[in-house]
Amino acid sequence: MTRLNVLALVLGAGAIVHILRLVRLHQLRSKYALLWLSIAVLLVPLAVAPGLLDRFSDLLGIDYAPSALFLAALAFLFFVVVHFSWELSRLEAKVRALAEEIALLRAQREDSR
Amino acid sequence: MLIPAYNEADALGATLDELKAIVAGLDVVVVDDGSLDATAAVAARHGARVVRLPFNLGVGGAVRTGLRYARDRGYDRVVVFDADGQHNPASVPVLLNALDAGADMAVGSRFAVPGNFEVGVLRRHAMGLLHRIVGWSTGQQFTDTTSGLRAFGRPVIERLAVDYPVEYLADTVEVLLMVTKAGYRIAEVSTPMRPRAGGEPSSVRLWLVLNYLRLLVGILASISRRRPGSRRSKKLR
Repeated sequence: MTRLNVLALVLGAGAIVHILRLVRLHQLRSKYALLWLSIAVLLVPLAVAPGLLDRFSDLLGIDYAPSALFLAALAFLFFVVVHFSWELSRLEAKVRALAEEIALLRAQREDSR
Repeated sequence: MLIPAYNEADALGATLDELKAIVAGLDVVVVDDGSLDATAAVAARHGARVVRLPFNLGVGGAVRTGLRYARDRGYDRVVVFDADGQHNPASVPVLLNALDAGADMAVGSRFAVPGNFEVGVLRRHAMGLLHRIVGWSTGQQFTDTTSGLRAFGRPVIERLAVDYPVEYLADTVEVLLMVTKAGYRIAEVSTPMRPRAGGEPSSVRLWLVLNYLRLLVGILASISRRRPGSRRSKKLR
């Protein structure tokens, strides 16, 4: 194994440990944990056997193997960010509705005094 | 009367007193949109009911809150009126007359009288574009698509209390699209404006451009949405 392989392996393992820790502390919803864990689990074999990446990019018809990795990473991150925007919009709508509800309830309580 | 107010303690008192003098007998509700100043206290002192939001939601959010208040308490008509004194209280009976004449919603236009309301070049073009888009998609010509002075009848109150658009500017323009699409009639009446009595005008140039662009996205989405009677609109009823 080259030094680079070791580095990649350590990073991947570190990511897995960190995510598991967050889940155990109830600071990460398990659906996100699953998402990130699957990424880490996919990356570890690539770190150990870089040949896998070459075969994968051959399959897609990509000449320069690392760019296959970039493409996959970009596409994945794009979908994650869009998903977060969506979730953020939903959360904001919920918070707004709650704020309005609080205002209306407060007005009701003042009336009934 | 529904008055959304954000940090309007300076102008609100005079506005409320003037309203009381001209349209006595109407309930006045001030929705305090998370103000940091004495807006709520001023409103209460001048005889208005106060609905206080815990933090700032923007005009759209404040108006939606007010509409929900009106819906829950069975009001038949709501007039939305600015806190800063720009709207003329004499317009209120004009709007209410339009409702009595059979309209489901009435909009006070600042432009129906030429030269009454001056705006910068940028804003004029943006408003012209909105005018055309709204005219095209509603089949009705509105001289003032972003007017905040409006009156709603009961069916429209019930409709808008559910999903009044809460984003800045969208609350005025998109409402026109939503209400006409739902099959209600909108009347536009002439309501001359006055200079602001206090508070800061809510527009900075670049911010305004971005907001108009965002508004366009919202309008396109609104136009492309399914007609009433579709699955989604049934769920809302």
